Parts: sequence; C-alpha cells; structure tokens
Amino acid sequence: MGIINFFKELFLNAVNVVRDINKKYEKPRIKMTPLVSFSMFMLRTYLLLLVGILFYKFYTLVK
Amino acid sequence: MGFLSKLFYSYRRMAKAVKLFFIISGPGLIVMMADNDAGGITTYAATGARYGYGLIWFLLLLLPVAYYVQEMTVRLGAVTKRGHAEAIFEAFGSFWGWFSLLDLILVDWLTLITEFIGMTAALGIFGVPPYITVIVVTIIMGAMVIQGRYWTWEKIAFLFCALNLIYIPCAFMVHPSVSDVLAQGIRPHFPGGFNNEMFFFLMANIGTTIAPWMVFFQQSAVVDKGMQEKDIPWGRLDTLVGSVFTVIVAIFCVIVTGTVLRGMNIDSAAQASLVLMGTNKYVGTFIAIGLFDAGFLGAICISLASSWAFGEVFGWAHSLNHKIKEAPWFYACYFLMLISAGIVVLIPGAPLVLITLFVQVVAVTLLPAALVFLILLLNDEESMGKFKNTLFMNIVDLFIVLVIIVLSTLYGISALFPNMFK
Repeated sequence: MGIINFFKELFLNAVNVVRDINKKYEKPRIKMTPLVSFSMFMLRTYLLLLVGILFYKFYTLVK
Repeated sequence: MGFLSKLFYSYRRMAKAVKLFFIISGPGLIVMMADNDAGGITTYAATGARYGYGLIWFLLLLLPVAYYVQEMTVRLGAVTKRGHAEAIFEAFGSFWGWFSLLDLILVDWLTLITEFIGMTAALGIFGVPPYITVIVVTIIMGAMVIQGRYWTWEKIAFLFCALNLIYIPCAFMVHPSVSDVLAQGIRPHFPGGFNNEMFFFLMANIGTTIAPWMVFFQQSAVVDKGMQEKDIPWGRLDTLVGSVFTVIVAIFCVIVTGTVLRGMNIDSAAQASLVLMGTNKYVGTFIAIGLFDAGFLGAICISLASSWAFGEVFGWAHSLNHKIKEAPWFYACYFLMLISAGIVVLIPGAPLVLITLFVQVVAVTLLPAALVFLILLLNDEESMGKFKNTLFMNIVDLFIVLVIIVLSTLYGISALFPNMFK
C-alpha cells in the first residue's frame, strides 16, 4: 500500500509540474511575423509528411 | 633595441591571446571533436574503404557547414543565457517545447546506445567483455561530473579530444602517396560517377556532421561556462578551431581506410580495425582505440545535453558547477541516461542494428525543428539585439540549414527503405 501511495504521489507531482510548465510557457513570446508563421507552417507540414512515411513503412511491414 | 622591445611585446600579446583562448575555448572544440563519434568514425571508415581518397573534397565542404550552424548556438547562448530547450519553450510555447524536449531525450538515448555499441566493440577487440566496458565507462563518466566544477570536466574532456587525433599518426603509418591524396582528394568529382550509392554516402557524411544533440549541447555548455556577449569572438574561434579539427580527423580516417582497405565493404570501424590488425598491428590497434575514444566523447556530450535540457525546462539546478546534493535531479538524469543505455547494450539479443537505424529516423524528426528554431531565434531582435543575424548570415545559414534538412531527411528515409538509394 505504501509503495502504491508513493508512486501515486510521484505521478501527481509530475502532473502538477508539467501543468506548471505548460502554464509558464502558455503563450509563445516570439512575434508571429509572416516569416515566422510560414516557417512554422512548413515545419508542421514536414513533420506530418514524415509521420505519414513512418505509418506507410509500418503498414508495409505489417502487410 | 626598439625592434627587440616591439618583438617582445608582440610575443607577450600573442601569448596572452593564446592563454585567453585556452581559458574561454571549450564548448566548440569539445562538441566538434565529439561530432566524430562512433557513428561518424564508422561512416568515414566506410567512405574511405569504398571510394579511397575520392571524397576528401566533400569532407572539406563540411567545415563551413558545421561552423555556421554551431556558431549560431554560441551567440544565442551567450546573449540569452538560456539553453536551446528552454529557448524553444519560451519563444514558441509549450507544444513545440515538449516536442523538442521529448524528441531530444529519445534521440539522445538511442544515440547513446550506439556510442556504447562502438565502445564495447572497440574494447572487445582487446578481449574486454562488454559488461566491464559499460561499468568502467560509467564510473569514469561519473567521476568526470561529480567533482562539481565545469572547468575540471572540460579539461578532462580535452584529453579525450586530443586522443581523437590518433587517426593522424595512423595515416602516416600506412604510408599513403601524398600526390595521390592531393590528386584524387582535392578535385571535386564523384568516383565511379554520381549514382545511388554515391548519393547514400554523401548523405551519410552530411548526416554525421550535424546532429540534434550538438545544437542543444553547445548552447547549454556556453551558458554553463558563463560566456558573456564579449566572449562571442572567442567562442567563434573556439568553434572554428573545433570544425577544422573535426574535418582533419575525418580526412585522416578516410586516408587510413582509403590506403589499406580500398575496395572493401566495411560495415563498422571495429571491422576495419580487425582487418587492419592483419596487415599492421599498430594501425589496427590505434583505430580501435580511436573508436573507443570517439564513442566515449559522444557519450559524455550526449548525456550532458539531455540533463541540461531537462534541468532548464523543469527549473532544476543544472550546472556542472553544482555538487550532487545541490543538483540531485540533474545528476540523476545524467546517470539514468548512461546506465539505461549501457544496460540495453548488455541485453542478449537486443536489436542493436535496428536501434542504429532507428537513430537516423528519429533524428530527422528533431533536426529540422531545432535548426528552424535556431534561425528564427537568431532573427529575434527583441532578445538578440545587435547580435541578431545579418542578411549575409541569414543567406548562408538558411542555405546550409536547407541542405542539411533535405539530405538528412533523405538519409533518414533511406534507413526506412534501404533499397531506395542503392
């Protein structure tokens, strides 16, 4: 029971810490100029494409 | 008399400058030498064995690539006094922050495993069992950090950087023809024509030049060392000297295998070392020592890069200038990374080849993001002030970053689909 409580407390602590970090960095400080927005858009597209390729690889492996 | 006194003062000034350089240098030199890690040495050994001296010119091109990317981290760290992980959280918000941090930890941990694979393979040549290697390496790396001074850690790391130069005497010992090296190596050309295999080797070489952990490591090291804005010129020189050394080591490694193993299919530096022992015992031994050192240098930097990043984001004390009881989480993270990666290598039947390939795939998800954030942060006038990128820097950095992104992405994809470029 003691161990369960210990891990429960540890988990709850971690959740609180992550929540605090999320709150602290809630708003991006950098100014969203057209260049920054374009770069972020390209980055998102790139990562989505990469995830797509990974899923394709997984699909071909399973198949 | 006037001439002599002028000469004396010039000498004094030079001696002072050199002394100052050795005080301020460190992060750039260490990160660049650690860039020639176990994976890097394997790539260079394979390149030399496959193409002889034919791709030395390409390695020379990697010098400005490495310098320009890492130079940005010096400025960003010295001006903002923040590591790269914290800078991303603060500037781009928690989503991109968590993405970068978790990706960094995953790619660092996987790369750390590959460094342990290199170290155990290298010492395995001398009959050292893998578990002894893992235990001894972990103890040495622990001893390097627990003394509670960044300066001491850095100077010990310098010793291992010096050992990385072992490939230079190796190259002289195999007696390469200097005229052949110059004739075949300096002229830009593609030996055997530009085909899929050649493209794969070019991608592999550029893929080992810039790794995500390097960006995070150098920026955090600059902050931990306490570099100020006035130290930026010295930081640049440190990075430049480091890039020159990293390329020199890579070239001499290519010369060794290009001279002795030309035409052979080499899969790892350990294999190259074993084959070389058959022809020249000392060269083979030196290659093995160099491989161990390369893995060790990579491991000390990678495990620190992760601990610094975690410390910055979670707000823990995260400096090598702290004792263990002052920064327990920082050191716990450091040892956890090291010990867990070491244990994976010792697991019988662990999919080590798969892990090596997976590193390349995971790295390409983080590298473009880290580099794009780097350029955007360097253009942020609010935090960088007069140290923000100039137009010329932007053109050069953007070109280099785009080339790295395209080639490293193709390299990562080639790990998923091995027949694509072969």
